[in-house]
Amino acid sequence: MSVFRNSDIVSIRDLSKESIEQIMDLAERMIPYAKGEKKTKVLEGRILANLFFEPSTRTRLSFESAMVRLGGEVLDVSYPLMTSVAKGETLADTIRMVESYADVIVLRHPHEGAARLAAHFSSKPVINGGDGAGQHPTQTILDLFTIRREKGKIEGMNVVLVGDLKYGRTAHSLAEALALFGAHLWLVAPQNLQMPKETIKEVERLGQKPKLASKLEEVIAEADVLYVTRIQRERFPDPSEYLKVAGSYRIDKSILREAKKDLIIMHPLPRVDEIAPEVDNTPHARYFQQAFNGVPVRMAILLLLLGVDVDEGF
Amino acid sequence: MSMKDFRVTPIRNGTVIDHIECGMALKVLRIIGVDGEKIHSTVSVLMHVPSKKAGWKDVVKVEDRELDPSEVDKIALISPRATINIIRDFNVAEKYKVRLPDVVRGIVRCGNPNCITNLSEPVEPEFVVECKDPPILRCIYCDRILENISEHII
Ligand SMILES: [Zn+2]
Repeated sequence: MSVFRNSDIVSIRDLSKESIEQIMDLAERMIPYAKGEKKTKVLEGRILANLFFEPSTRTRLSFESAMVRLGGEVLDVSYPLMTSVAKGETLADTIRMVESYADVIVLRHPHEGAARLAAHFSSKPVINGGDGAGQHPTQTILDLFTIRREKGKIEGMNVVLVGDLKYGRTAHSLAEALALFGAHLWLVAPQNLQMPKETIKEVERLGQKPKLASKLEEVIAEADVLYVTRIQRERFPDPSEYLKVAGSYRIDKSILREAKKDLIIMHPLPRVDEIAPEVDNTPHARYFQQAFNGVPVRMAILLLLLGVDVDEGF
Repeated sequence: MSMKDFRVTPIRNGTVIDHIECGMALKVLRIIGVDGEKIHSTVSVLMHVPSKKAGWKDVVKVEDRELDPSEVDKIALISPRATINIIRDFNVAEKYKVRLPDVVRGIVRCGNPNCITNLSEPVEPEFVVECKDPPILRCIYCDRILENISEHII
């Protein structure tokens, strides 16, 4: 436990494979609590501050749910309140104020590096709830957790990442984390939105040789996991180019005809039209399960950072 | 005075920055503050001179001036193989190679405009040196690799 107690979770790169496994193992044990089937008050009297400088309802709610399920309380210091309160105040000052009200801080901020800065100024643990286009480590852990739970393991799985792999830093973190866990990667994106060389190099350093493709049809038959991300319209100067590309990555029943029976489809949500609603009722869809998994994973992280003896009472 | 003497006039006291990467001399001048009116001593710049080691190099000599460590670190960022010769009474009193530390703080700005360190927060930009030659710097805040290092020197 000592590696976690009072530390911060800023970037997935800060965590070793062993610590990520420890979080996932504990998350597994948290599932009945996350569902409300079992009850605990282990974090009674502890306060989480949800410090959100930009809206992200999903992340905010799942941290709130995790804290409340463990018997703790939540201070909601959220947008738009935050933008008016903190007008002109530095993040460093806001953090030094908020840390005196809470035992752990979740920070969502539009600027990259904000969570590292907050961790620098806070004596209480800081969890990065997403900073700009930067890191979102708890999302990466819940993605890994979902694959491990649904497929039994991560090592050796053929994972296809499809969509905007260039700008989404969460896709970069996920690719690196998957490589760390020994998954095989297919990176499917339009050429101008393909994974940056720097990330591919890191994946290779971790012992994997990612394969690049521009068409989903080329790889769908091999996939164990299909991880879909959104391609944003504003990435394309020419709207007709966007339509061409976006359409070619839309997941529907026809493209799934070639897929393995036990392929699982994931998506960080919210989706727009990357996945047709008809896919929701197929045995492949796992994105709502994935969203739920955010709760037990965040419960595990809260317990570890707050130094609760997790060998007792669960 | 022969042409040779003219080119390499010895200095009595000061610093010779040798083996500067060819083309970087003017950037070195900016780093040591020779682009303003602050300087009151003679500065000689040699650009594109033959070097036994690297083909071509630049050399900068500043009289009556020794460099402070942050200036040396900045030079290491743009010219990792430069050498610093401190001259006292016409002799080389000290000679050393520039060497980047493992972490650089407060000497370069992050190139990511959306990085928190580019706002008015009370922190100095800080980078992990992932490679010293050629220098590769990663911002400890936003995690980005700094491109065009010489343009971001503070
Ligand atoms: Zn930065």
